[in-house]
Amino acid sequence: MIRLSKIEKSFGPLAVLRGVSLTVAEGSVTALIGPSGSGKSTLLRCVNLLEIPEAGELVLGEETVRFTGRAPDRETIRRVRLQTGMVFQNFQLFPHRTALGNVMESLLVVLKWPEDKARARAMELLDKVGLAHRADAWPAQLSGGQQQRVAIARALASSPRVLLCDEPTSALDPELALEVVEVLTQLAREGTTMMIATHDLRLAASVAQEAALLEAGEIVESGPARELFTNPRQGRTRRFISTLRAEAPGIAPA
Amino acid sequence: MPHWLDLMLQSLGPLLWAGLVFTVPLTLLSFAFGLSLGFLTALARLYGPPPLAGLARFYVWIIRGTPLLVQLFVIFYGLPSVGILLDAFPAALIGFTLNVGAYSSEIVRAVIASIPKGQWEASYSIGMSWSQALRRTVLPQAARTAVPPLSNTFISLVKDTSLAAAVTVPELFQAAQRIVAVTYEPLIIYIEAALIYLALSSVLSALQDRLEKRLARSSGLSEATA
Repeated sequence: MIRLSKIEKSFGPLAVLRGVSLTVAEGSVTALIGPSGSGKSTLLRCVNLLEIPEAGELVLGEETVRFTGRAPDRETIRRVRLQTGMVFQNFQLFPHRTALGNVMESLLVVLKWPEDKARARAMELLDKVGLAHRADAWPAQLSGGQQQRVAIARALASSPRVLLCDEPTSALDPELALEVVEVLTQLAREGTTMMIATHDLRLAASVAQEAALLEAGEIVESGPARELFTNPRQGRTRRFISTLRAEAPGIAPA
Repeated sequence: MPHWLDLMLQSLGPLLWAGLVFTVPLTLLSFAFGLSLGFLTALARLYGPPPLAGLARFYVWIIRGTPLLVQLFVIFYGLPSVGILLDAFPAALIGFTLNVGAYSSEIVRAVIASIPKGQWEASYSIGMSWSQALRRTVLPQAARTAVPPLSNTFISLVKDTSLAAAVTVPELFQAAQRIVAVTYEPLIIYIEAALIYLALSSVLSALQDRLEKRLARSSGLSEATA
């Protein structure tokens, strides 16, 4: 289980998260939706401590991190990061390593696995995202969709408790986004716990069971994704969903 | 055999010897030490605590703002008056090391800063520490960009070592001066010395080319593989 309680985060005078609480059950997928600047990316980045909240609490399995305004110690940060996988909007593959090398990196460097064991595990993950045949390709030789799939495999390498996806499809053409949606859907079916910040209603509707709408650093509404998308209780949610639907007609009709 | 050719052939041995025994070691050692110093200086400026970053900035300011020849004179002729007596070669080595350190630190700083923040974050997100991210992700990418400007520094250094003649290091250029002193043939001998420097820097340029190609190949970023 991942539980965020009363998370607060500001950048200088700007309060980005204002007491956000959210619980994600093991094996479930939660979509974080909301307008740009609403704090969804920041919330994800707080879960793997790329951002350190000023206040609140993060529970990640057996790990509990209480935020007091000071950075947690290095060992805590390392443990949290190994239990979380991050998929970035613009992939951020290591350009000087092959697809396989990217996936092996955390196993070799952080977990100190022997080379052959890391290679076997990485090949397994590349196979899972349908790219075993491109294992020796450089990132520059892969399409955007393929790069993002390698990035997903890389994020899964250390067997994290939760996969955090920050706008995983928004840098991609619709066609290439589809292959990423398919991979994430497959992972969801296999019981991978995920938190996905997205504008992509197709992604949210096909992958997530739960959804939460963020606006101005607060959760406006959360609940089962189907209900939130089709029958929102709040007017603000209704308005936001209809703007998303205007972008992606025909998805999850009301 | 024409006189000038005879003279050149006769002086070739002593000139090459001086180059081999003094110019080349002075260049290689001061580049190696200087690059290490430059790397540490760059890290201090980018990530060090304010006093250390300030010290690094001060060092770069002094070295870049004063002539190399004057620096060498201060070290070799000036320091003895405060009790620091150095032989010519170590004095020159220190001078060139400090010089390379200052210039290369600016290069190292720029190439490290040019690596996108997202690459650090991707490294952190898979559990790497700062030093692991630096070593495994940032430096390999930065190294590729750094090769042309660092090669530039290196080639300048080969030529600058001729200034060591002024602090009595018997390197290539000083050997040439000595030969001129007995033959009274400055044009021929100095041109010969210049040609030897030219040959040295040409070899280095060729090595730079090969290094760049190799680094490009091993990153998949070269046009050949894209």
